[in-house]
Amino acid sequence: MLKITNLHATAGTKEILKGITLTINAGEVHAIMGPNGSGKSTLAQVIAGHPGYEVTKGSIEYQGKDLLDMEAEERAQAGVFLAFQYPVEIPGVTNAYFLRAAYNELRKARDEDEVDPIEFLDIMEEKLALVEMDATMMQRSVNAGFSGGEKKRNEILQMAVLEPTLAVLDETDSGLDIDALRIVAEGVNKLRSPERSTLVVTHYQRLLNYIVPDHVHVLAGGRIVRSGGKELAHELEEKGYDWLLEPVPA
Amino acid sequence: MTAPYTDQFEAYASNGGGEGPAWLPTLRKRAFDRFSDLGFPTTRDEDWHFTSVTPIAERTFKALKPGPTTLTLSELRPWLVDESWHRLVFVNGQLEPALSQFTELPAAVQVSTLSEALREEPEWVEKHLGSLAAFDKAAFTALNTAFMQDGVVVRVPKSEVVDTPLHIVHVVDAQAEGAALHPRLVVVAEPLSQITLVESFVGLGKASYLMNAVAEVAVGNGARVDHYKVQRESTEAFHVGTTQVTQGRDSMYHSFSYAAGAALSRTNIYTRLAGEGGEARLNGMYMLDGVQHADHQTFVEHLAESCASRELYKGILDGSSHGVFNGKVYVDPIAQKTDGKQTNKALLLSDRARVDTKPQLEIFADDVKCTHGATIGRIDESALFYLQSRGIPLENAKALLTYAFAAEALETIEIDALRVELERGVFERFTHTRLE
Ligand SMILES: Nc1ncnc2c1ncn2[C@@H]1O[C@H](COP(=O)(O)OP(=O)(O)O)[C@@H](O)[C@H]1O
Ligand SMILES: [Mg+2]
Repeated sequence: MLKITNLHATAGTKEILKGITLTINAGEVHAIMGPNGSGKSTLAQVIAGHPGYEVTKGSIEYQGKDLLDMEAEERAQAGVFLAFQYPVEIPGVTNAYFLRAAYNELRKARDEDEVDPIEFLDIMEEKLALVEMDATMMQRSVNAGFSGGEKKRNEILQMAVLEPTLAVLDETDSGLDIDALRIVAEGVNKLRSPERSTLVVTHYQRLLNYIVPDHVHVLAGGRIVRSGGKELAHELEEKGYDWLLEPVPA
Repeated sequence: MTAPYTDQFEAYASNGGGEGPAWLPTLRKRAFDRFSDLGFPTTRDEDWHFTSVTPIAERTFKALKPGPTTLTLSELRPWLVDESWHRLVFVNGQLEPALSQFTELPAAVQVSTLSEALREEPEWVEKHLGSLAAFDKAAFTALNTAFMQDGVVVRVPKSEVVDTPLHIVHVVDAQAEGAALHPRLVVVAEPLSQITLVESFVGLGKASYLMNAVAEVAVGNGARVDHYKVQRESTEAFHVGTTQVTQGRDSMYHSFSYAAGAALSRTNIYTRLAGEGGEARLNGMYMLDGVQHADHQTFVEHLAESCASRELYKGILDGSSHGVFNGKVYVDPIAQKTDGKQTNKALLLSDRARVDTKPQLEIFADDVKCTHGATIGRIDESALFYLQSRGIPLENAKALLTYAFAAEALETIEIDALRVELERGVFERFTHTRLE
């Protein structure tokens, strides 16, 4: 599904990712953990195609295609989805319009007919229920004035509607109470299938009680410094990250 | 620079301009003399600091000889917004009854051409024409008064409510190449009456001409006038439009100015809140590209207690275009409890586009609430990426964000058909996608 090989990425003159190698097979859930500033969001944004990062070395293969050769919108149309750590506010564009525009772009890319606003309403009903969101949210501008929790839920709503093949969740759990966390986890688990893969970026192992990963990786200083099974997350919970970081030369 | 017009004025005075009631040639003469004294404004004039009218002043626009038009209704259709409205269509300054549409208005409401009104009710016209549009300091208004050809006179008697909009369409085509047009609109909404006006300025093709329009609007006590101005002149044309309003007690004047055409345009919207409890809402949006220049000047005079003014202007600028917004507010010492708010925002789509904005608040009362805010920005890159990351192609994402920027202003348009049309105009200008 996703094959990242020796990925190096910079923002401006700063090298942030320093050689990441990671393979995610279809049906797997991987978790990436790591201290603040280790490059987790950068990795997520590079996968989504953010133009602010330059890949200086390495490759990303997605479903056998060169992902780095695709524009951000093409990646989305090919089934890549990123739930943003900081979802963007777009005043003046309603959630309903935005979601349907995105939904139809994905359908177009698959040579399927576009849906009209009425049909879309039906589709939305079920998805809104899944994330326990009120239908009035659809008439509000995208994320504008949303609380932190509402924004995260809105990301999951988008994911539920767009049904990605590869979902990358960037700290979707940060700042959520236990109820919201459960909703987010349900949204992810509902999509779990042998054809889909998920990459969960998180700071806490809490979310991983709900979304149980097949593999856990620790990112530090732009490199994966440790990989293991789900028990690695528990170990990190107990011991923190320090024991994994390179000792600081005296 | 005013000299070339002297011959024209003399020729006009001894020809069509000499017609009408006796006071009219006198008014014209006074106006022309004033125009000669004032000359065209220069950028040394505070009110014209950011807008040079040299391209207008250095040319001599000719008076237009009325001629038959070949324009058909189907050519006009894209500009009509809603064909069911009562509609007066002027082609190159001349009323075209065949393209106009006269619906049933409440019997007492009068809508006529200026020439008709001058024939039938000269005293009434004398009382109102020029009573608001002062020309002692305004060269373009003086020029309009000297040369005004035809125009529209609207009188809404006390307590009459006109439900459907009245559409006044000024179409200019290639026949008017090099010409000056000076239409006049006089609106008197008597106490407690209501009317909605849509003034469209349309240029067909690439004709270069000067449209110099003046509107005078008297809003009586408790009356409401909604006044939409839709400026879609030819991109080679010049447009100067002045709307001068006076408002009575508890009245409402709501204006929306849309400017998308003309090489150079200047729109003045001036209102005097002369009675307690009046409200002025002055909104607008301009959308420019290439080397277009559009200047809006608003002036709200708070001359009585407890009046409110609300202004929201938005501009979208591409290419090397230049936008100007100058919002003046004057609060008289007696105008306590004034509530004024002015906002103007511009979106620059190119590095070469430019905006100058100048709020001017002169407040002489102490118990007032007056705020103003101006922002100039670019498309939000993070919003762009967010949309792209959901599968929306870059060009569509840009169009969507541009449209979203405009939406706040366009939402103030209370005529659905017009709002939808202008929204679509904004969306389609930046993309080949259609807005559903
Ligand atoms: N666009 C950028 N420009 C400059 N520095 C950046 C940019 N994005 C991230 N960084 C830096 O790269 C490092 C990793 O950031 P990030 O990927 O957001 O980390 P994490 O998500 O793991 O907290 C940080 O030091 C951050 O300041
Ligand atoms: Mg992060």
